[in-house]
Amino acid sequence: MYGMESALGLHRFHFAFTITFHYVFAQFSMGLALLIFILKTLGLRTGREHYDRAARFWIRIFAITFAMGVVTGIPMEFQFGTNWSRFAKAAGGVIGQTLAMEGVFAFFLESTFVGLLLFGEKRLSRKAHWAVSLLLWLGTWLSAYFILATNAWMQHPVGYTIQPGGDLHLDSLWSLLLNPWLGWMFLHNQFGTVVTAGFVMASIGAFYLLTGKHVEYGRTFVRSGVIAAGIASILMLFPTGDMQVRNVARHQPVTLAAMEGLFETMEGAPIAILGQPDMEKMRLDNPLLVPRMLSFLTYRRWTAEVKGLDAFPRDQWPDQIPLLYYAYHIMVGLGTIFIAVSLVSFYKLRRGRLFESRRWLWVLLLMAPFPFIANTAGWMTAEMGRQPWLIYGVMRTSEGASFNVSSGNTLFTLIGFMGMYALLSILFLYLSYREIDHGPEPAARPNAD
Amino acid sequence: METLWFCLVAWMLTMYVVLDGFDLGAGAVHLLAARDEVGRRQILRSIGPVWDGNEVWLLAAGGTLYFAFPALYASSFSGFYLPLMIVLWLLILRGVAIEFRSHIRTPVWIPFWDVVFSGASALLAIFFGAALGNVVRGVPLDESGGFFLPLWTDWRPGPEPGILDWYTVLAGLSALAALTHHGALWVALKTEDPVSSRARGLAGLFWYAVLGLTLVLTGATFRVQPHIPARLEEQPLGYFFAVLALGGLLWSLVARRQGRHAPAFLGSCLYLAGMLGAAAFGLYPNVLPSNTNPALSLTIYNTATGAYGMRVALYWWIPGMALVLLYAWFTYRRFAGKVRLEEEGY
Repeated sequence: MYGMESALGLHRFHFAFTITFHYVFAQFSMGLALLIFILKTLGLRTGREHYDRAARFWIRIFAITFAMGVVTGIPMEFQFGTNWSRFAKAAGGVIGQTLAMEGVFAFFLESTFVGLLLFGEKRLSRKAHWAVSLLLWLGTWLSAYFILATNAWMQHPVGYTIQPGGDLHLDSLWSLLLNPWLGWMFLHNQFGTVVTAGFVMASIGAFYLLTGKHVEYGRTFVRSGVIAAGIASILMLFPTGDMQVRNVARHQPVTLAAMEGLFETMEGAPIAILGQPDMEKMRLDNPLLVPRMLSFLTYRRWTAEVKGLDAFPRDQWPDQIPLLYYAYHIMVGLGTIFIAVSLVSFYKLRRGRLFESRRWLWVLLLMAPFPFIANTAGWMTAEMGRQPWLIYGVMRTSEGASFNVSSGNTLFTLIGFMGMYALLSILFLYLSYREIDHGPEPAARPNAD
Repeated sequence: METLWFCLVAWMLTMYVVLDGFDLGAGAVHLLAARDEVGRRQILRSIGPVWDGNEVWLLAAGGTLYFAFPALYASSFSGFYLPLMIVLWLLILRGVAIEFRSHIRTPVWIPFWDVVFSGASALLAIFFGAALGNVVRGVPLDESGGFFLPLWTDWRPGPEPGILDWYTVLAGLSALAALTHHGALWVALKTEDPVSSRARGLAGLFWYAVLGLTLVLTGATFRVQPHIPARLEEQPLGYFFAVLALGGLLWSLVARRQGRHAPAFLGSCLYLAGMLGAAAFGLYPNVLPSNTNPALSLTIYNTATGAYGMRVALYWWIPGMALVLLYAWFTYRRFAGKVRLEEEGY
């Protein structure tokens, strides 16, 4: 069995690695699509060329990011069949629908309008170019809706019947598209993309202000960035994050226990701020606890009973409890920091001191990587929390992989992807840095293409 | 209903080959048709606004195949694991080459990406042809409908074939010739001289290769997959596709000789559609034949999803495709005519 176990582990890591890398770019481009639309709207309403130039600068960054998102996204659809063929055979009749809809409704829309956004500004009127930015934003978010409908179904399967051979057939398209798991998850995820794009925009704005280059654009970027990221950060906590946790508590209670590090069932359960899950002694080491808080947050009653891991048989437990616990705590911890940074920035903005406060601009400059980490940690929470299930309660992860693809072949392609993505990372960072260094002024770009 | 979805998936794949085919072919002739920077930028600009949308046809067709015939998707994607992963890497390299090539104007950066773009395009054409060759030849399916093919074994389409054997290599080379011809006609249509006339010359050269390889491949196919001649005998309607392919090829020759690039390109589109239609018609109702035991072949009936899923999908697929064709019409009209470099965008 060891050989099969290790092939399974490699199939899991193969998907995890490629989806994590893809989502670095996908989250940034989805958030940025909204911010570009906002800049285009400001340009249209004020009539100021400044905003159109600012938008053009971000469209150039968007072009690089979008290209990365596209080329790393194609492998994802393939991998359902290549690495998870048992799952694909059983569930394809259901989630194939949403994946095909993503292609038909979202990808064509995006690919059409990204071309017009990049190449069409001189051929289109100002208003038409603004409309293109709107459609592109809608296209990227529609794409997310369909892919999240797929994931929501894996978290909380609805609208299907099990056939005698074990295959699942769709019996209600509406339940698939309006899965009760989907709404909050979609909003939570999309605000996450805005936090990323907002803090990256603010960070580059802070870079311009600190280096004294493109100062006027720096102000626009810092202001737009912190406002967008701040509003989105708050909405991520409440109501979307809160509702998401309550969905987990209702439908995946063992996942809640694992991600909170709650080993024993208790009334008035505390919430752990810090601590390390100790899987040998079945307890949290070095805990920093807020009493009764978990009961209150989950059930709105201070004394409500919350089920711990001990309430569930071991074969229902997620298989990576410490990593799941850390991923969840990193997400929540960073989310809290984002809100705090945003509130201080709002205060300084109102007092008119944000652009002069060099120390605070340094903080904003250094914020850029953290939303990527938080979004990744959030997805790790969702995906490891669903374990040991591939389709929650229906199909185990160990039953879903391609048994006909050996571990040696999987390792071969995993190494190939790692090499390829290392190259892509270097290219992305290098080309983005060049664009940032050129800045938004047209004169500074002799290589304009 | 299964037959309907078989036709729709076949149509989507044909759209993919006809559309992405010309930008792959333009890539394959990129280094030969244009010898200087201005020419190469013309070629890249001719596909710049459309290549990404063309590639989406592959994803949309894959998604449609996934929900309509999940067991086929699962079996073929895992069985063709290695070549599919190589195709993915080539698609990544090619996409990056097109998008990033023009960001830095140095004599090191640009030629590097030109070679990557052209090489990846040509290899993709070969792989897609070989993939179709594998499907036509059949694979050693087991009772559960699974298989796994190494990249090559003894280069013979016997009971233990590899992805590559003499037949699939022949199919790959035929695809390369056909898409190079197709892409050269596109470049001739969309660019100014001297690139246009060079591309036209290349199309003339590759036309003979296409004709020769088509005849050889057809003969080989009848030997490797006896199901196809048997079906033609049963249903002579299938000769329609052969006539379409040959008619398209001849039309493209005549129109090109008269210097009419648009009809020549359309003739090549008809040729590709005819060839793929013939392959699909010949396979039906199989979708992945077994080369060892015909009883184990995957057909549209033993791989299809439930009736509700296939019925409800029509309600979104038809309006969705109408929208897609609308976008395509809009984009191709907006970027119609010869490429004008002075209008460059972002």
